[in-house]
Amino acid sequence: MAKIMRKITDGILFAATWFFAAITLLVLLFIIAHIVINGVPYLEPRLFEFTFTSENVSMMPAIISTVFMVFLTLIIAVPLGIFTSIYLVEYVKKGNKFVMLIRSAAEMLAGIPSVVYGLFGMLMFGQFFGLGWSLAAGVLTLSIMILPVVIRTTEEALKSVGDGYREGGYALGSGKLRVVFRLVLPSAVPGIMAGVILAMGRIVGESAALIFTAGTVPQIPQTLGASARTLSVHMWALSGEGHHVGEAYATAVILLLIVLVINTAAAVIAKIFTAKGSGA
Amino acid sequence: MNSTKPMHKFREIFFEYVFMFSAGISVLALVMIFVFLFANGMPAIAEIGLMEFIFGREWRPMDASPSFGVLPMIAASIYITLGAMVIGVPVGIFTAVFLAHMCPARLYVVLKPTVNLLAGIPSVVYGFFGIVIIVPFVREISLFFTGGGSGSSMLAAMILLGIMILPTIVNISESAIRAVPRSYYEGSLALGASHTRSVFSVVLPAAKSGVFASVILGVGRAVGETMAVVMVAGNQARMPESIFRGGRALTSNIVIEMGYAEGLHRDSLIATGIVLLVFIFIINIVFTVVTRKSAPSAD
Repeated sequence: MAKIMRKITDGILFAATWFFAAITLLVLLFIIAHIVINGVPYLEPRLFEFTFTSENVSMMPAIISTVFMVFLTLIIAVPLGIFTSIYLVEYVKKGNKFVMLIRSAAEMLAGIPSVVYGLFGMLMFGQFFGLGWSLAAGVLTLSIMILPVVIRTTEEALKSVGDGYREGGYALGSGKLRVVFRLVLPSAVPGIMAGVILAMGRIVGESAALIFTAGTVPQIPQTLGASARTLSVHMWALSGEGHHVGEAYATAVILLLIVLVINTAAAVIAKIFTAKGSGA
Repeated sequence: MNSTKPMHKFREIFFEYVFMFSAGISVLALVMIFVFLFANGMPAIAEIGLMEFIFGREWRPMDASPSFGVLPMIAASIYITLGAMVIGVPVGIFTAVFLAHMCPARLYVVLKPTVNLLAGIPSVVYGFFGIVIIVPFVREISLFFTGGGSGSSMLAAMILLGIMILPTIVNISESAIRAVPRSYYEGSLALGASHTRSVFSVVLPAAKSGVFASVILGVGRAVGETMAVVMVAGNQARMPESIFRGGRALTSNIVIEMGYAEGLHRDSLIATGIVLLVFIFIINIVFTVVTRKSAPSAD
């Protein structure tokens, strides 16, 4: 009797596992299929004109602003993140108080909601530094937001470089700096790249932190001081208006496409990384 | 040689300071976030009164005699997050078990990237999906049960957030389950337990702190989510009455009104941000306690 009961609970758990996994898969496939089917027919040439007008509702300026935003944010956050990780991994002894402070700060930063970053960016960069609603204010806000992502992945990548590299370098008479830049950093590049790509995804997907920092002007920004909307903010503006549903679907298609490219790149790099790791 | 050596030494020291300075920026940024939010939000809380602000049930910032109570938003945030957990946690944990122990290799190469794709979809795209699919769906359910309702409701937000937290729960739980030594599973099999029973009665309990950590991270994501919630939750600033009615989360309150708020109204929105920070801070502490507890057993 007990045996039968056990068989039944086993069967239920087994079925439940397959069922819930199927739900996860189907939900995603449904979201993608729904957006692609409804969005692709709206991908008209007018959506890709370089000037936004209320007639063409072009997303091209937003795409270009997104590229600016991603590029400029990475220029600030990636070196900062890499330098921070170098300091944490290569320079300080374990258990150092300053290191623990930095780690907990980065962890806290990672948990702060994007709308709070938006508020902070508006108050500090927008008002205190007088940048107003501008590309620059958006870039600075996002740089802080993605800093923990870059730090965490770079740290992992640096830690996974074997000590043999460092010892070999010192044995040949290299200084610390040379060992870090010539030996450790190059071997950690794939891991760092994976982090950078992850950060790119966050920048592309961000909207709440940008509305009150970079603003919502739908044109190509001519200067760093000009307001600009990224594609995600563009999508939010469109779906809020209610009579641009087709254009919103089309924008969603482009956003999905970007996410797909980013994810594929991350997967390819991760594969290179593991292949290299097992070889070393 | 003699002339390059001091140069060399200078460069070493210079860069060490550059690295140290960079590392300090994270701390500085965190301090700045607190300074700017508190400097702008605390005077508002003082003016409104802490109790009146946190436990006030009326949010009427534009009235002639305005009232700034954020309790409706605190309640809505908690309800929506709990609802999202009820929906997302079982699906997420079972999916993680599936990925780690039951998934055929050929299905894994489809399902795993799928989960990662879910993680990468921007919240506005989720929100838009919510508007066109989930809200009409909830409208039908609501019509059936209550005879009305627009569909833009807390239930719609719960369903949407339940989907959005899936990747967090699945990915972190999966690695926690995979980190359980294989000998646990094999020992259980050797004692005569079936595959399913070994996974659920031996491996999953051994991974419970990691699984719990994934749920807490999911809570953090749900509490902090803004755009997707704004787009589907209806956003009425009143005490939540039913999951079929609208509710306004803390995050939504900021995004909706910041565009036109002035004076005390604007500062009260920044104070809403402080309340949100306190929530996240509590979640972080719980997370640290849970993961720290798990650390010795993982060794």
